[in-house]
Amino acid sequence: MSWSREDMIRRAAAEVRPGTIVNLGIGMPTEVANEIAPASGVMLQSENGLLGMGPFPYDEQVDPLLINAGKQTVTAVPGASTFDSAASFAMIRGGHVDLAILGGLEVAANGDLANWTVPGKLITGMGGAMDLAAGARRLLVLQSHASKDGKPKLVAALTLPLTALACVNRVITELGVFDPTGAGFRCVERAPGVTEDAIRAVTGAPVSFP
Amino acid sequence: MTAPSPAFDKVYPTVEKALADLLRDGMRLMSGGFGLSGIAEACIDEVARRAPRELTVISNNCGNQGQGLAVLLQKKLVRAVICSYVGGNPDLAEQYLAGTVAVELNPQGTFAERIRAGGAGLGGFFTPVGAGTIVAEGKESRVIDGKLQIFETPLRADLAIIRAQVADRFGNARFHRTGRNFSPLMATAATVTVLEADELVDVGAIDPDDVHLPGLYVDRIVHVPQHRNVIEFRTTRTRSAP
Repeated sequence: MSWSREDMIRRAAAEVRPGTIVNLGIGMPTEVANEIAPASGVMLQSENGLLGMGPFPYDEQVDPLLINAGKQTVTAVPGASTFDSAASFAMIRGGHVDLAILGGLEVAANGDLANWTVPGKLITGMGGAMDLAAGARRLLVLQSHASKDGKPKLVAALTLPLTALACVNRVITELGVFDPTGAGFRCVERAPGVTEDAIRAVTGAPVSFP
Repeated sequence: MTAPSPAFDKVYPTVEKALADLLRDGMRLMSGGFGLSGIAEACIDEVARRAPRELTVISNNCGNQGQGLAVLLQKKLVRAVICSYVGGNPDLAEQYLAGTVAVELNPQGTFAERIRAGGAGLGGFFTPVGAGTIVAEGKESRVIDGKLQIFETPLRADLAIIRAQVADRFGNARFHRTGRNFSPLMATAATVTVLEADELVDVGAIDPDDVHLPGLYVDRIVHVPQHRNVIEFRTTRTRSAP
């Protein structure tokens, strides 16, 4: 069977190394925080100006001026720091964030990412997505393997507008873990019970298996 | 607050007086805050009341959920918005789709850096962020350090309206938590900066090492002790949670 949403989040958390600086995108990536052990020394960066983001506050701790990039109320862990947006994005764009985990709409075999807009459907703006995709030292994308009507989202070339060129290191879908290789994708792990043929059937580029 | 006012006392008694001679049609307005968090509420209310038209608003979100700067959109005062994110802002999405408001979307770090450049007297900068995307359209590009980079121009404004937690009468200011965001950058990049402070203190009360925004960037100060502090997503945990 393929992985559940919770399985995917746990698998993503396994990519987070102790003592690193990590930025989690809005949506499913945000939930990876719940799977990172506090003792691991990981510092979460939130691009609105916080390094050392903690869990959601208890009711009496809620501070309207302490939020994450998704505008949810959060806390700051001991050792946290706050700063302005230029300093925050200098961290991101200067290669000081070890890992970013973002949602995706399409990933191409060369590592190109599309995740910020669907023409005619989605008007939100890119926010920090382009900065994170281009600037993080390592980029992990969490997304479904194909659209609801079966259209592949791991593709030979993007059909949706680009977020950043050749930026994706690894993709986690409900079917497994995939690294863009240029020519296609290398499957580094399959979800239990998922066959190679099942993966090939819904992937828009060649897939190699170990 | 009762110390003798030095020559550089910039405090105005009300936002009405602070903004009285600053608002005009067609102006470029910078407004700090991230979504509705940390916005200069009293200043925005006054801009809405005075209702200058044909504004170009430079703000990360231009309001959200019908509040904050979205009130200016509802009153049809805005001609153009320079921002990074319009999600959760139905007023902006609607007027953008209708073609009545021009929207220039920037990657958020590019947005911040363009404002910083504007305040620092820089002519712009090259960045790989946005290279190959729609953001790059019409912009000069160059390969630097083996990476395709695009040229971004500085942003400046006629007026910046910002909020800080504490300010002294010279304008030295300290912000609270993630309430800092774009505000100190905007103060450097506007011809005139009006700051509303939750707390107003005497000069010298903020330790020099704790000043986030040096007072030379602030032109006018208003003490605004009460803010609505609208929370967009109040997320909490319970004591029983792990």
